[in-house]
Amino acid sequence: MFSFLLRRLLTFVPTFFGVTIVAFAFIRLLPGDPILLLAGERGVSPERYNELAAQFGFDRPMWVQYFEYIGGIFQGDLGTSFVTKKPVLDEFFALFPATLELAICAITLAVVLGIPAGVIAAVNRGKFFDQALMSTALVGYSMPIFWWALLLIIVFSSGLGWTPVSGRISLLYFFDTPTGFMLIDSLMSGQKGAFVSAISHLILPTIVLATIPLAIIARQTRSAMLEVLGEDYVRTARAKGLAPLVINGVHALRNAMIPVITVIGLSVGTLLAGAILTETIFSWPGIGKWMVDSIFRRDYQVVQGGLLMIATIVMVVNLTVDVLYGLINPKIRKG
Amino acid sequence: MSLLEIRNLSVEFATASGAFRAVDGVDVTVDQGDLMAIVGESGSGKSVSMLALMGLLPWTATITADVMTFDGRNLQKISPRARRQIVGRDISMIFQEPMSSLNPCFTVGFQIKESLRLHTDLTRRQRHDRAVELMTLVGIPAPEKRLSAFPHQLSGGMSQRAMIAMALACRPKLLIADEPTTALDVTIQAQILELLIELQETTGMALILITHDMGVVAETVQRVSVQYAGQRVEEQPVTDLFENPHHPYTAALLAALPERATERHLPTIPGVVPGQFDRPQGCLFSPRCRFADARCRAEVPVRANAGMGFALCHYPLDKGVPQPRKDTA
Ligand SMILES: Nc1ncnc2c1ncn2[C@@H]1O[C@H](COP(=O)(O)OP(=O)(O)OP(=O)(O)O)[C@@H](O)[C@H]1O
Ligand SMILES: [Mg+2]
Repeated sequence: MFSFLLRRLLTFVPTFFGVTIVAFAFIRLLPGDPILLLAGERGVSPERYNELAAQFGFDRPMWVQYFEYIGGIFQGDLGTSFVTKKPVLDEFFALFPATLELAICAITLAVVLGIPAGVIAAVNRGKFFDQALMSTALVGYSMPIFWWALLLIIVFSSGLGWTPVSGRISLLYFFDTPTGFMLIDSLMSGQKGAFVSAISHLILPTIVLATIPLAIIARQTRSAMLEVLGEDYVRTARAKGLAPLVINGVHALRNAMIPVITVIGLSVGTLLAGAILTETIFSWPGIGKWMVDSIFRRDYQVVQGGLLMIATIVMVVNLTVDVLYGLINPKIRKG
Repeated sequence: MSLLEIRNLSVEFATASGAFRAVDGVDVTVDQGDLMAIVGESGSGKSVSMLALMGLLPWTATITADVMTFDGRNLQKISPRARRQIVGRDISMIFQEPMSSLNPCFTVGFQIKESLRLHTDLTRRQRHDRAVELMTLVGIPAPEKRLSAFPHQLSGGMSQRAMIAMALACRPKLLIADEPTTALDVTIQAQILELLIELQETTGMALILITHDMGVVAETVQRVSVQYAGQRVEEQPVTDLFENPHHPYTAALLAALPERATERHLPTIPGVVPGQFDRPQGCLFSPRCRFADARCRAEVPVRANAGMGFALCHYPLDKGVPQPRKDTA
């Protein structure tokens, strides 16, 4: 187990440097001079231009810039926002809990519904439930997120008035947010109705963000279960006289989870991509919305730093998934 | 009263190309402590008939039987729940592929103790002790350590031993071993067979050994049922069967044994077991039978009496010579 972890950690290193190069190159290869773009319509005098270029380091050779950038990363410095003049990392950590809260709710919903749905579909293969579920999953998978979000808003917010349209909590409430997680902070604030308000704000974005992972997880669980149910060891389990619930839920599902775990890990990437759209639609103040806003503002330091942070998170999640995978699949653990 | 009694068992699979009868009117009778073999080529329905008894066939299978009782209980009438209490406790089964028959995600110990947890009132401690005892019984070295091993850490022979330990966990009255040695090395094959026979003697359970190897049968079992294309074509005590086979198929199987070969080349049975689309009209063995005549190809044979080994044949052999049937008109 230990050497397995070590090996995985070692592959982490080159990947991380690859990502820094991509993030670094990305904003420098984009068409347009960031300083001119920043200056906007008014333009900038040549003296001021040189001054700014020196300030941002654009006047030095590329490789020097890259090594300074890397040096900064290792000191926890991801640059400073052109617009707010605050360190990128501070902004990131201020906004990240909002995204994390939404992502955790979405992936939980997707897993809690997707896995049982896939198992039930596989066990009832070809029957009505299976066909209905798989058609629904296909629709969910291929639906444009923004269209689905707008539809939900029109029905539940505008039409029925059940859920709010945007934000994380009603403006009526105001309290400290020590954890950054609205569900926890609203509970701790002790204000009446705050928690309910936080939940009602979470519902629609969670559903929207969970839709695609839910469809993927349900389909993957179903196909993994179908494969596993034909295995000899499932027959052995039945020959022991075990109840169907134990056979499907323990013997088969444990094996079927191996590919499903991978898919769940991969859908974290999808989730962060989805968060960009979802947060923008629901004005959810997380890193997705932050990235979109920064792109529109040409705040390249933020885009560069944000990209790196998001990529790092995806890598860490994938690493965690690999470790989980090893825990659940004994063949890998010992290998 | 017999421990297991099956009369006229048939299994039909619904396939994309229509119904396929994999088992066709098979009878099986097993007494307490019996040791019998079911022999036949690949595809003759040996596994399917036993899986039908265990209730392990997929839903595409339709099972019919005149009688199917075990230990005085009618298996066709009882609820699935009641059946699950018999299967795994009183009847156990081990399979052809030991490696894939163990769940790769759970330790061997878990898989053995699971049956005990399900079918007995033993405490955790007692289950552990029983598991160690079982592992020792089936000849697995360092049993305590092996209990926490995962299946992929065991060899094929060890896996089959673990499967046997699992099957014996609740002291079954009947063990069905479906080609338990086919997937193993030749040297290991003999060990596993010996182990099974020894366990059958010491525990007094009945054992049905499914095999396609007549050679194995000769040394181990008391009674042999020969199956062909889903039908039981002959059944005799083993010494009688070897001395005087009554069905031409049995005779051909025996002639194909290396130690019985008189010429330099082994005689083989030409052709293959008929499948779904090439089932002959009359006797199912007629296309491959060297004694078959027009009647064999046209008429379905009637079963002979016990004296002629219940042979399903128009002209059952006696001392290698086809005889006209005396017991039917
Ligand atoms: N689930 C199934 N659906 C359709 N046909 C099946 C199914 N299972 C088995 N059969 C068919 O039933 C026939 C008998 O199969 P069975 O496995 O009982 O043979 P066998 O005598 O055990 O042979 P072997 O020595 O290869 O194990 C075969 O022709 C097989 O193709
Ligand atoms: Mg078989």
